Amino acid sequence: MEGDISPIVWSVRGTVEMDVVVWSLEPLVAALRSAGYSVVGPTVKDGAVRLAEISSAAELPAGTGDAQEPGHYRLTERDDDLVFGFAASPDSAKRFTQPPRQTLFRMRDREIEEVEPEAPRVALLGVRACDLAAMAVQDRVFLGGRHPDPAYRRRREALFLVAVNCAVPGGTCFCVSMGTGPKATAGFDLALTELAAPHRFLIETGSERGAEIVTAIPHQAATGDDVAAAEEVSRTAAGRMGRTVDTAGVQEWLPAAHDHPRWDDVASRCLACTNCTMVCPTCFCSTVEDVTDLSGEVAERSERWDSCFTLDFSEVGGAPVRGSQRGRYRQWLTHKFATWFDQFGTSGCVGCGRCITWCPTGIDVTEELSCIR
Amino acid sequence: MGVSEPGHRPRLAVWKFASCDGCQLTLLDCEDELLSIAAELEIAYFLEASSAAGPGPYDLSLVEGSITTAEDAERVRHVRRVSKRLVTIGACATAGGIQALRDFADVREFTSVVYARPEYIATLERSTPISAHVPVDFELRGCPIDKRQLLEVITAYLADRRPVVPRHSVCVECKARGNVCVLVAHGTPCLGPVTQAGCGALCPAFNRGCYGCFGPGETTNSRALNRQLRTLGMSDPDLVRVYRTFNATEEPFRRASEEAEDDA
Repeated sequence: MEGDISPIVWSVRGTVEMDVVVWSLEPLVAALRSAGYSVVGPTVKDGAVRLAEISSAAELPAGTGDAQEPGHYRLTERDDDLVFGFAASPDSAKRFTQPPRQTLFRMRDREIEEVEPEAPRVALLGVRACDLAAMAVQDRVFLGGRHPDPAYRRRREALFLVAVNCAVPGGTCFCVSMGTGPKATAGFDLALTELAAPHRFLIETGSERGAEIVTAIPHQAATGDDVAAAEEVSRTAAGRMGRTVDTAGVQEWLPAAHDHPRWDDVASRCLACTNCTMVCPTCFCSTVEDVTDLSGEVAERSERWDSCFTLDFSEVGGAPVRGSQRGRYRQWLTHKFATWFDQFGTSGCVGCGRCITWCPTGIDVTEELSCIR
Repeated sequence: MGVSEPGHRPRLAVWKFASCDGCQLTLLDCEDELLSIAAELEIAYFLEASSAAGPGPYDLSLVEGSITTAEDAERVRHVRRVSKRLVTIGACATAGGIQALRDFADVREFTSVVYARPEYIATLERSTPISAHVPVDFELRGCPIDKRQLLEVITAYLADRRPVVPRHSVCVECKARGNVCVLVAHGTPCLGPVTQAGCGALCPAFNRGCYGCFGPGETTNSRALNRQLRTLGMSDPDLVRVYRTFNATEEPFRRASEEAEDDA
């Protein structure tokens, strides 16, 4: 690939050499807020776990679980008080790295006005390993190549990432198959593992600024038992994936399956509604819209989320190149799992399962791939 | 720059056919922008706002309502003749509206039940969109139309550019707005996946399912959606009804309701 990806720089393991244990997340939330971050974490809203700004750890969804299946999501009550006892939220970090709509520039009386990209200092609390992997994929998309996106970089650098190692994967999760989880191994400032009996959190430090936060909160050194218990959480989670997919050789066999009859089958179930791409933490496609004001003196160009499932997306010379659902679904799945490697050197899928859960008709990428293979 | 010459404000006309007036009221709802609109356009004919009816011809006509009488079928030809650009606003004008439900029945039966003296009622067998009678330059959907989209259509007209009115599904706006999917997370029947965006995903933002008031989107796989709505517990009569509202005779919605009827 041309150019330097120059990823967001994370110093490996900061000044806090040892893992630590904390008994409450309240001091962590307070310390992050004191450091100038808005803390955004999981909360319960509208019958789902949603990312929202919190001012106290008491707002986290203790005792809340979820049930996720293709086209189906429900909150459940847990019989314990785990704070992170649920799988992927409908919200991913994409909303913060690539907002749904942003103004690019404005023209007033034929003069260009630059628009400062919004890059709020946000501490994302509860980011999963799949989400971190998705951010690494997006980093390659937006920061690699010849045209790195400075607005993306600013937003990305303004994020403080507090990962949580998954304890309870969902019915549509397959991060183990994609090699991205369930344990967060890189790309975080801090990584928590929630431990039970007694309830506590093991914290690993992944950056200097993460270490500064840890030194600012009451903590004790982790014992061998704490570390072993945390390893057990990740081991158990790895054995509880709702789904698996065999992607060996996918770069060869998926593009070669251009005329497979399964594409017609999936097209009969696909609504082309774009939900899979909207919830995908790596789908990055956008379109630009130019509007003017009534007086004609001000013009504005903005960028908004788009999807390869819309007809406008592939419109060339007044007509869409991919007019059929068959063609659009094939393009999306093939790009996500196979040709993404050619373009960006990685898979485009991180196994979070959101596209499966949030497809209104429950189309399951793992099932489609196993049928096409 | 195309449409307006210096010193000449393009002349706007607003017309009403069979409709509830809600869409033309959307123009008056543009409270903050009304003065700017009036600065750029001469509001020459708009009976909802003023009884002073300026004579034609008009540069831009906004047409509300469907054609349900022989007189209106004639009047819309006149409107077309006196209008350089004709834009239909709302489900009645673009799709025949709720009154197109008569297409699935015998309108004489309706009049005999509704009116004390049905013989006074002179109405056509069908309620048809404006485009069934005269060439239309642009169709703006919704029941009622969305104020931002109306402003965009007027603004685009003034700048002689294509209006930014995407035809993709409501789901695109719904996700951008940050709504949780009511169909997946609550099991609420929702027509968002087959309905054209434009409302800003208003109903799902209040935990209600989309009821399709903007009409069919660019891609409508209603057979697949119907399967899912049945799984959520919708009965076949309910499925027929959900598509038979304000855009019932738009081909994809007509097909969707007939599929449900056939399957019942």
